[in-house]
Amino acid sequence: MSALAGKIEGRQVPGHRPWPRIVVREDAWRAAVELAAGGQATLLSLWDDTGAVHMALLDEGSSEKLIVTLECPDGRFPSVAARHLPALRIERAIRDLYGMEPVGLDDVRSWLDHGFWGVAHPLGNGQEAPIARKPYPFLPVEGENLHQIPVGPVHAGIIEPGHFRFTANGETVVRLEQRLGYVHKGIDSLMSGASLERAARLAGRASGDSTVAYAIAFAQAVEAASQTQIPARAVYLRALMAEIERIANHLGDIGAICNDASFSIMHAQCSILRERALRAADACFGHRLMMDCVVPGGVAHDLPPNGTEEVRALLRAIRSSFPQLVELYENTASLQDRTATTGILKPELARRFGAGGYVGRASGRGFDARRRPGYAPYDDLTFDVPVLDAGDVDARVWIRIREVEQSLSLVEQILQRLPAGALRAEIPKAAAPCEGVAMVEGFRGDVLAWVRLEGDHIVRCHLRDPSWFQWPLLEAVIEGNIVADFPLCNKSFNCSYSGHDL
Amino acid sequence: MRKILMQNLARSPLTEPAPRPDETALAEIAGRVDLAARRRLGRSLSIREVDAGSCNGCELEIHALSNAFYDLERFGLRFVASPRHADVLMVTGPVTKNMREALERTYNATPDPKWVVAVGDCARNGGIFAESYAVVGGVDQVVPVDLHIGGCPPRPIDLLKGLLALLEGSAAAAK
Repeated sequence: MSALAGKIEGRQVPGHRPWPRIVVREDAWRAAVELAAGGQATLLSLWDDTGAVHMALLDEGSSEKLIVTLECPDGRFPSVAARHLPALRIERAIRDLYGMEPVGLDDVRSWLDHGFWGVAHPLGNGQEAPIARKPYPFLPVEGENLHQIPVGPVHAGIIEPGHFRFTANGETVVRLEQRLGYVHKGIDSLMSGASLERAARLAGRASGDSTVAYAIAFAQAVEAASQTQIPARAVYLRALMAEIERIANHLGDIGAICNDASFSIMHAQCSILRERALRAADACFGHRLMMDCVVPGGVAHDLPPNGTEEVRALLRAIRSSFPQLVELYENTASLQDRTATTGILKPELARRFGAGGYVGRASGRGFDARRRPGYAPYDDLTFDVPVLDAGDVDARVWIRIREVEQSLSLVEQILQRLPAGALRAEIPKAAAPCEGVAMVEGFRGDVLAWVRLEGDHIVRCHLRDPSWFQWPLLEAVIEGNIVADFPLCNKSFNCSYSGHDL
Repeated sequence: MRKILMQNLARSPLTEPAPRPDETALAEIAGRVDLAARRRLGRSLSIREVDAGSCNGCELEIHALSNAFYDLERFGLRFVASPRHADVLMVTGPVTKNMREALERTYNATPDPKWVVAVGDCARNGGIFAESYAVVGGVDQVVPVDLHIGGCPPRPIDLLKGLLALLEGSAAAAK
């Protein structure tokens, strides 16, 4: 008896792969919500479909995954967030986009819809709406000597737009409230009806820094739906790209976090290594960020004849200078003073939100999609998943440092084992609608992709960025810290705006 | 730290020679320069970056301009934290409807004379996101654009060429 499916009764939907999807009645939906609320399952995502809502759950013990579907032709469903807060923003987004009503959800404020689209519920009935800013009351904060600091959407640095509303007592942050949705581009609606080729390009632009992770997640979901077996060489080349992406982003983050403590030598040195990684990617795959290099069915480019040597040169460059940077980070007291014990995320919160990536792993949640559930080729490769319990900025830096080291080793193993052969398999036209789901470990955490195919196009595609479950935690960790430490906390999370806003 | 500093003093710089100004970018800017304003600015521009809806890909490459290989500041170009300090707005992304007002207000907060550089394919016409209900389109739908730098995202070297063309265009017009 499986851990999840045994607890939730429903009718299994044929043609959904590789995890089962079951259609349930309302009482079973509520039971599934209770599993998440009680900590017996982790909410992986929640999304809408024509006349139905889907909830993806993970059993952390057995790594079993299950998608639970509630059909709700009247446009109402029992709120998950009313019992399990991590679903809060997702449900507000579902209400904005589809006009579906989460019954029991107290927070009636819009999330992605700021009032400027000229259409209400663009993916629902799509009624015309007046173009006017929607009022957005921030949560009340009461007390003496409080002041507010509004920041954004246009920030001081070269970063994505979003609004932060700080309430502070002197230097100490009492509450942070985020307001996102500024870069909402309507990716869900652009996906529907798109050809596989166009949809893959869209998926690769959900969050530019994770373009490889998104492209792999999308491709794996399509391949699961269409039961396509991709060539072994493509599997390995995908992993090579994914690890180079992880190394480049982690190096950038480590430097940028230190830079936010005004320790610019780390930033300068890490930026050099990051640039080398992007140049190696460019030399090997023709694009510095490797956009559009992963396609449904395989990969678009093979390694050029000098590709292996390019990557090996990158490994040598990083291995020769990264250790002394790590030493510098570890031995600089003034820097440690800023990062250690700053912005602590309690393990309990990380677990409840199912926080992925370095945010989760620095707070005791050892989940890594490459390991569990695991996907090829990682089951044939040797690597550690570093986990720490401190939950502070320092721990999130260390997780990144350790992951860079692990990824260097992974890249080496991939080069050693890289099989010869074809790069791409044909995706067969789906005669009947079919569905697929995949979860891929990006540098920031697990990216989930779900697709329904018909013929050679996408009917519905849902992409869930790891940031959905990390952004709310940033609000929690900043409490009691000083305003000047917010950049450090924020950078140590490095949540995606675009991947969240879609 | 001393070890790293000493090594850096001893070895030759990573910074690469400046690229030649992009000819087409030069042509695009040449017709749009205001003589007197360029004379005042000289060869120094402060840039304020505005993400008006991008996927973050362009931001990564704009960031790269400041690394040791490209070293943007040697050209008199630097990124500033406020539009009030800026001569140039560097705008990325298809402009989303939710960012339209913020972009307009940032533009209005930038003192004259000012230039707008639209970065990336999305900033030209909305790119792959063009048909969405949530997207206005290219940057020129919202604020006047002086220069486009194409690419998805443009490589740092292409950004550099475009910016140099902006500088040289302004210097040429000032003579």
